[in-house]
Parts: sequence; C-alpha cells; structure tokens
Amino acid sequence: MTTTTPVLAGETVDEAPPRTAVGRVRKKLTSRTATTVSIVIALLWTVPTFGLLLSSFRPEDEIKTTGWWTFFTSPHLTLQNYDDVLFGRSSSSGQLALYFINSLVITIPSVLFPIAFAALAAYALSWINFRGRDWLYIVVFALQIVPLQMALVPLLSFFSRGVSLGGVTLMPAWDLDQEQKFIQVWFAHTCFALPFAIFLLHNFISQLPGELMEAARVDGAGHSKIFRSIVLPLITPALASLAIFQFLWVWNDLLVALIFSGGGRQTAPLTVRLADLAGTRGGEWQRLTAGAFVSIVIPLIVFLSLQRYFVRGLLTGSVKG
Amino acid sequence: MEFQDFAPKLTMLLYGVIAFVVVVGGLLLLLDVVPNFFARRREAALIAAAEAPADGAAPGAPPRRGLRRKREGLLGLAFMIPALLLLLIGLVIPAIRTIILSLFNGNGEKFVGLRNYGWIFQENDIIRVLINTLAWVILVPLLATSVGLLYAVMIDRARFESVAKSLIFLPMAISFVGAGIIWKFVYAYRGEGDQIGLLNWLWVTVGGTPQQWLLDPPLNTLLLIVVMVWIQAGFSMVILSAAIKAIPADIVEAARLDGVTPWQMFWRVTLPSIRPSLIVVVVTITIATLKVFDIVRTMTNGNYDTNVVALEMYNQAFRYQENGQGSALAVFLFILVIPIVIFQIRNLRRQREV
Repeated sequence: MTTTTPVLAGETVDEAPPRTAVGRVRKKLTSRTATTVSIVIALLWTVPTFGLLLSSFRPEDEIKTTGWWTFFTSPHLTLQNYDDVLFGRSSSSGQLALYFINSLVITIPSVLFPIAFAALAAYALSWINFRGRDWLYIVVFALQIVPLQMALVPLLSFFSRGVSLGGVTLMPAWDLDQEQKFIQVWFAHTCFALPFAIFLLHNFISQLPGELMEAARVDGAGHSKIFRSIVLPLITPALASLAIFQFLWVWNDLLVALIFSGGGRQTAPLTVRLADLAGTRGGEWQRLTAGAFVSIVIPLIVFLSLQRYFVRGLLTGSVKG
Repeated sequence: MEFQDFAPKLTMLLYGVIAFVVVVGGLLLLLDVVPNFFARRREAALIAAAEAPADGAAPGAPPRRGLRRKREGLLGLAFMIPALLLLLIGLVIPAIRTIILSLFNGNGEKFVGLRNYGWIFQENDIIRVLINTLAWVILVPLLATSVGLLYAVMIDRARFESVAKSLIFLPMAISFVGAGIIWKFVYAYRGEGDQIGLLNWLWVTVGGTPQQWLLDPPLNTLLLIVVMVWIQAGFSMVILSAAIKAIPADIVEAARLDGVTPWQMFWRVTLPSIRPSLIVVVVTITIATLKVFDIVRTMTNGNYDTNVVALEMYNQAFRYQENGQGSALAVFLFILVIPIVIFQIRNLRRQREV
C-alpha cells in the first residue's frame, strides 16, 4: 500500500493512528530512524560476544595474527582450542574441565539451601502471626544493602580461627582443607543470598489469597501442612525465578569464590581460573576465547530457556519494591 | 583428566545434597510433629477439663488465645531459625566486626581510632581510586539507563520485539569475568601486522594508528565503564519496557488525539509515567556499580590508574593483609550506599501514598 489515496469516509481503517498521508509518512520516517538506532544498538551489544565465539573456533595462529572477521573470507574452524583448554595436561593449558566441575559443585547446593530457607522464612513472615514480625521483616529487608565486602574479613576468620570470646573458645576453627573448602563457599553464598531471596519470596507469598489459608486452617491443617501442600505449589514460578537469579549470581561470582574457595584447583570455580588466565596469559587468545565461552555456555543455556521466569522475577523484585 | 581428579568433588556434592535433604526434610518433619504433639496435649487437657468441670472459673477463650499466639510465635521462630541464624553469622555479626576492625591497625592488635578513614583521603593513590569510582557511579547508571530506555522505546511494539530484547538482555547472563575477556578482546592491540581487536581495526580503517587502549588514563577507565554499561543496559531495558507497556492506553490515546509529536509524547507522557521505575533502575545500577570489581580486576588489575574502591578493598584486606584499611574501605562503601537507599525508600513510600 504505497499509494496515497485518501481514506474514504465509511471505509474501515485497519491501522488507526496515521490517518492522513502526512501522518503516515511521518510515522514511517520516525519508525525508520527508530529501526536504525535499535539495529545499531543491537549490533553493538552482540558483535563483541559473537567475535569471541567465532574466534574460539579458529586455529591458534589465525586468532593471533588476523581479526575474526577474516573468517568470512578464509573460513577455518577447529575444536583444538576447546580440547586444549578443557583437557590439556600442561599447567598453562587451563584444565578447565576440572574447574567446570568445581563450578557445578559450588552452584548446586548454593542454589538449593538459600531458596529452601528463604521460602520457610518468607512464609513465617507473611502468614504466621507472631509478635515482632514486621520488625523482623524490616531488618531482613535492610540487610540487603549491606555490601558483601562488609562481611568478608570476619567471615573468613570465623572459618579459619573459629569464635572465641574473652579467651574462651565458643566454636573451634573449621579447619577445612582441599575439597572440604566447598562448604565455606556454600555457606557464604547461602548467607549472602538470604536477604534478597526472603524479600522476593515474601512479595509472592504475602499476596496469596488469605481465604485459602483460612479454609485450610478450618480444615485442621497446621502451618507446616499449609506450607507444603498449598504455598509451595503456588509459588513455583517465584521459586523458579529465584533459582535462576541465584544460579547466575553464584556461577558468575568471582569475589566470594576468590576468598572462600582457597583458589586451588580442587575448589576454585571457572571464574577464578579464567581471571588468572586473563592476568598471566593475556596474549593467549586461543585459550582465553575458548575458556570464556566455556564459562558462558551454561548460564546462557539456563538464561535462554528460562528467560520468561527470570524477567518475571526481575519485575517483582524491582518494580513493585 | 582422571576419574580420581573429580571423584572427591562429586562426593562433596553428594554430601552437600544429602545435608540439604536432611536439614530441610528434618526441619519440615519437626514443624509437623511438634505442633501435632502440642495439639494432642491441648485436646487431652480440654477433654479432661470438660469431664471434670470443678475449679470454678472455666478455662475460657481469652487465656487460650494468648497461649495460641505464643505458640504461633515459637512456630514462626522455628520456620525462620535457619535463615535468622545464617543472617546473624554471615552478615550481621561480620558487618559489626568490620566496623570495629576498621578502627584497628593492619593485624587488628592496636587501636588506631579513625586513622584508617583519614588514610582514605590522604593517600594519592586512594584519591585516584575515589575519583575513578565517582566516574563509574555517575556514568554507568546514566549511560546504561539511557541506552536501555532508548532501546525500549524504539522497539516497543516492533515486529521482532522479543528477539530484539533478548539480544540486549543476553549480557546479563555473562559473568563480569567473561565480559571482561570479551571486551579485552575488542580492545586488543597488535604492534604490527593485522589488528585482531575490533576497536583497533576500526580505528586503523578510519586512518588512526593502533592504540594500547587500556594503558592510557583516563580513557582506559571510560573503556572499562563501557563494559559495565554493556552488561547493565539489558536490565534497565527490561524494567523500563515493562513500565512503558503499563502506561494506561487511554492516556496515550488522548495524547495522540491532541496531535502530539513522538518527541512530545516521549517527554510529556512516557517519561513522567515511568518515573518510579526509572528511579528504581538508576538506584539498582548505582549500587551494583559501587560494588563492582571483577571487570577491573580481569582487564587491568587496577593498574594504569583504573582502580576502584571495591577492588582496592579486596587488595588491602586480602593481598596486603591490611585488614584495618580494607575494613575502612568496606565501611566507606556501606556509607556511600545508605543515602541512595534512603532516597529509594522515600520514593517508594511516596509512590504508594499516591
């Protein structure tokens, strides 16, 4: 429909807004700039990642001498970089397969624990009637603003030296080594996740209809029963969004891992290893690109498949407040 | 890689999962059994009271209700016990101890008063760190929010809206370390021959000489800020896009009937309507930016005048073993966050009153 015949009276108009020819032209113009601008932004946001991804499949000597865009004129692909960075034997190769497993071992309990504890706490704060409930909620909410950095030094000494008050040892040092250091990381991640997790789940749980709870109580169900058979099924979407949040946060974390994992190959996650590689072998692009992609791929899969839940959680978490 | 390399790890994971099942399952069981036990006892007491109505005053409703509330309190506490305990051990007590530590010297033996805080504002290096952090905190929220808003407006109701959104949102899933490497690659420098970094290639194509982008202050800080903007723009875009979609249709329609231009529409209708969400986005990104350190650590390790407060805190406390100074920086970070949060709480309250 490029003709500019005026719209006849009585004719049904499909697109309401641009009624006149001028309006239509103007709309097309603005939408054209809009399209251009949005395409430019979209390119800026995707090209760096795409370049990295493409490079990770190029042979080492080509990565180091030519830009990844030359791939389009001379396409050579190889899986050598991945093989090297994941399973290579030399200490410089990355050995990322080991660290990949570390990341998994760190992440799974660090997602499970805070969600379970937060769900229980959020239920109590919303539906169990006890004194000081609102006050307690405000404290938990406020804890969200305490930066992680405030807790690091004392928490580390809590693990390594235990707790003593005036010379009396209240709790011995944990004295963990090797693989046991995972416990520290789980513990730290669980603590740090709780304020936000309770806040997010409280938003959901407190909005459940009260009649539902009343009816269950009349039928003689206790809080535990209500929590398990009514609340949990209803808040599954919220749990899912929280799980994605927590997964991404733990998987992508560097700070907590650096401090509590001990940094060795037994317990350090991918991010720590990758940061090391970037520091000491900044020029080894065949390893860095492949390594970076190894660390990105799992969160990307999780993110892309569960994006809907993630966005929903994001919106309750920040818009409603 | 041998099986024995990762067998102990998987065992630990198994222990972790078992611990989870035991703790959570045990807790649920406890919450089930204990109230039931009390309920049965109460029932028995009631029956006993009904069978022998002797002691004058019948045990009526008022005392029982008080009792019930008390028991609810215990139950509530039981539900919250793991979370409260962990918050106490993991956040509250450490935060208090950090404040105390910040008043002591490096190994925590000598009381030095506020000297660590004075140190923040005297050392030239640290002042540089403060200035850089200021640049981050001003530029990142501003740029990330404007790009996100621009994009959200432009693609609103476009044909490929959801795909277009995913593209921008994707960096949210990438770790700061991963993002650091991606951009380090963009900024890569080759002395001679073909450039492998996109930025240098573009720069050479338009006639420049190759630059070592990450070595020259203050440009390098700006280039690091770009990375954070790149990550956060998706967040602001998603929130603002939802806010734009929530603007009541009749307002938009009325404005359209009045014949406003798209430009006026944006400034007079869209922007005021999404103001609350805009504030949330800016505040959230500001707080995230204050605490960022992974990007700087991965890309320059804080060298060449690119250091920021959060990284300096890490260095002081965990590399130089200067716990006092590190703690002071952590507290400083906390103090910076407080006014922002108060501002946000005020705004939310005002919004609720309207």
